[in-house]
Amino acid sequence: MKNGRFATVCTILFAIFMLAPIVVVIAVSFTPEGYLEFPPSGISLRWYRAILDNPDFIDAFIMSLKLGLVSATIATVLTVPAALAIGRGSFRGREALQALFLSPLTVPTVVLGISFLRFLSMLGANGTFIGLALCHAVIIIPFVLRLVLASVIGMDPSIEKAAVSLGAKPGTVFRRVTLPAITPGVVGGFVLAFITSFDELTVSIFIVNPSTTTLPVRLFSHIAQTTDPLVASVSTIAILFTVAVMLFVDRLYGLDRLLIGEGKR
Amino acid sequence: MAYLELDSLTKAFGHTLAVDHFSLNVERGEFVSLLGPSGCGKTTTLQMIAGFEEPTSGTIHLNGRDLSGVPARERGLGIVFQTYALFPHMTVSENVSFGLEMRSIRRRERKARIARALDLVHLSPFASRYPRQLSGGQRQRVALARALVIEPELLLLDEPLSNLDAKLREEMQLELRRIQQEAGVTTLLVTHDQNEAMALSDRIAVMQAGHLVQEAAPFEAYENPSNVFASTFLGKSNSIECRIENGAIVTTAGVRLDCPAGAAHTGAALAALRPERISFVDPGEAILSGTVTERVFLGDQWLFKIDTPIGELLVTRRNAGRSEPDTGSTVHLAWQAEHLRILATGDAA
Amino acid sequence: MNPFLLSAPALVLFAIMMVVPLVMTFILSFNSFGFYTGIEMTLGLHNYIDVLTDSYFYEIFGRTFAIALATTIICAIIGTPQAYFLTRMRPFWRSVMVLVTLGPLLISVVVRTLGWAILLGNNGVINNALMGLGLTNSPFRMMYTSGGIVVALVHVMVPFMVLAVWAALQRQDPATQSAAESLGAKPWTVFRRVVLPQAMPGVLSGSLIVFSLSASAFATPSLIGGRRVKVVATTVYDEFLNTLNWPLGAAIAVILLVAVLVIMISWNRIVERRFAGVFQ
Repeated sequence: MKNGRFATVCTILFAIFMLAPIVVVIAVSFTPEGYLEFPPSGISLRWYRAILDNPDFIDAFIMSLKLGLVSATIATVLTVPAALAIGRGSFRGREALQALFLSPLTVPTVVLGISFLRFLSMLGANGTFIGLALCHAVIIIPFVLRLVLASVIGMDPSIEKAAVSLGAKPGTVFRRVTLPAITPGVVGGFVLAFITSFDELTVSIFIVNPSTTTLPVRLFSHIAQTTDPLVASVSTIAILFTVAVMLFVDRLYGLDRLLIGEGKR
Repeated sequence: MAYLELDSLTKAFGHTLAVDHFSLNVERGEFVSLLGPSGCGKTTTLQMIAGFEEPTSGTIHLNGRDLSGVPARERGLGIVFQTYALFPHMTVSENVSFGLEMRSIRRRERKARIARALDLVHLSPFASRYPRQLSGGQRQRVALARALVIEPELLLLDEPLSNLDAKLREEMQLELRRIQQEAGVTTLLVTHDQNEAMALSDRIAVMQAGHLVQEAAPFEAYENPSNVFASTFLGKSNSIECRIENGAIVTTAGVRLDCPAGAAHTGAALAALRPERISFVDPGEAILSGTVTERVFLGDQWLFKIDTPIGELLVTRRNAGRSEPDTGSTVHLAWQAEHLRILATGDAA
Repeated sequence: MNPFLLSAPALVLFAIMMVVPLVMTFILSFNSFGFYTGIEMTLGLHNYIDVLTDSYFYEIFGRTFAIALATTIICAIIGTPQAYFLTRMRPFWRSVMVLVTLGPLLISVVVRTLGWAILLGNNGVINNALMGLGLTNSPFRMMYTSGGIVVALVHVMVPFMVLAVWAALQRQDPATQSAAESLGAKPWTVFRRVVLPQAMPGVLSGSLIVFSLSASAFATPSLIGGRRVKVVATTVYDEFLNTLNWPLGAAIAVILLVAVLVIMISWNRIVERRFAGVFQ
């Protein structure tokens, strides 16, 4: 099948719409001027050097990285057994369990944000790294669950029976057959969870303190006060970082599968 | 000029020729099958006739009209797809009505024609059902009604029975033939199933690797295959490598066999012999003797593999309730010389 | 193994880190707030009465749902044909367009919104282009308007719509389009009568996702709308981190949550009733 001219024109316009804001941010970051201008009057790395004079942003980047890795790890470790239970069992409460673990997608993020704030401040744990990591774990678990669940459901259940019939013990079946079969979903889920945590703003903004400020929160507060090209250069680095992670995933797992998230292919 | 005329139709995908100078004529009202294994180019040929693929070269004429460059929607053909391609969100009668609506036919006439089409395929009671509420055979008939209701100049059937189970397939073969004859529509069937092709068609066109290898009535095609491919694809066949010398067959193992009368061929050849034409006889009347290496019971018949001096031969025998030779026993074989078909091989002298 | 035992670690996390906080927020919404005394552990409906009797809040809720509705409709209009074109593309271009469509999802909303701020500003790319071409003399005001928020939100949300419609379209038999064509349908008729009805479940579920995410969006309305164009999420933020009236903020949040849930559930009902008979 082939698209006609009308479809091609629509697709090109759509692509421009999708890419414009990202391209603009990258272009603006190279301006030599002290304000956001497009197209930039020249090419300069002035605002990349400026990042080095603003350790706030570097600290925030490292904090986001640490937070992403820790919360994605917690989420993955907790979700894989749950996904195995939900994906294969037909037991009472299966639907409810799945709905619960997916519910952070339905509850407005701002509601989760204030709830975490209320809860953590009552415990006196507001702004702590571990509090932040656990909150992020809750909101990224749905992403891990969806991808792991897709590979659990996509797994041919008879391969485990085949392993048992060949004499494998339960632990061996899990290690040698089940786990390798769902690895793509687990890896994909981990990466998607990491990226989601890395980009998260609405929950974090309520529960960070100055020493645990993440990159999106740092950027947001900076943009809300003043828009100098520094935010553009920091954003460009964040974009490049995401692209690098995406390329890595593409090599490892196939980006399409991560993005589509249903393990169709 | 024939009703449907394909003239040296060719389709190239990159460097591979899916269809290679394929020509075929179909007369008005005829039922012709394009038969071949998957990848032989039969589906591509159908797609070109339907207008979903543009031929690389060659022409298609239907009823005197050149179809080159005519979009699929203006060709006015009825097509039954392998998956049936029923519209899942429309009822049976809405599905059948679609083509009539595209032709801006008024409601009253539309209703009458839908009723007639559903009656033809015996589906009148199911008019308001959705496709998913129907069985496979019923869906197939909806697809047929939808294709026929527009009174197409040509009906194209793309493996229409391949999604049905074996028993239903046989029923639908008879049904399809009845509907085609009642509607009197010129029909081209694409299939890989030789039984289907033989049961349904007036003529069979056997395709191999994009070429037409044989075009004949079913009986003729079975009895006189034009080459080795046709002989093995249409039913089972024993192919005996041999040379023809002075009016006799000499197999590669050096055994001399009688040649059928009128075989003008000399040099290297293949002698084709249908398994059901070989019979078990007394030792005195035997042409060859051999040992049964395998015996398979198929219900209505027995299939034997027999090791003989000219190689392994397949023999089938109708199950008449008698006991048959077991594996390891020696059997004596005979056939009539005229049942051998001498086929040229590539290096014929 | 017992499924609940396998799920136990995640269940514990959700019980402590989600259920308890949500319940606490719910209780908080009934407390009262004094400027000098802070949060008082009284129980009453006064916060809800405050919100539901103040036209200021009606305006904010009205604006929020109007923005969400506009975003949803535009996403459906753009995303549905785009998903259809996607199914018809050659594999290479399809991969490219999947990346173009979904890749931005992986980039922080803050960064994407910054891009829109640069594009939409009075001195922004779009206005400079319009004035450079002589199409307008004075800049269109797009920053700090609901329209600007909708444009940026459509960019954030349209991938979800494309994804949902595409999933629905992949379930259809592509031969149905060929069948319609062979029966005489023109491309637009094929789309309207064969493709669109089969894509409808995807359009509806995509609309639901887009609407609920748009109604609770924070970053985009906050950066594009600024202090002038407030929506529910930014109002809650202000109550919590600026005015510090947590109980009132909690009440607004609870109303948002309930409104979103009610809309989602009734939408699902309607969709199920409408399409129950047709699709597997």
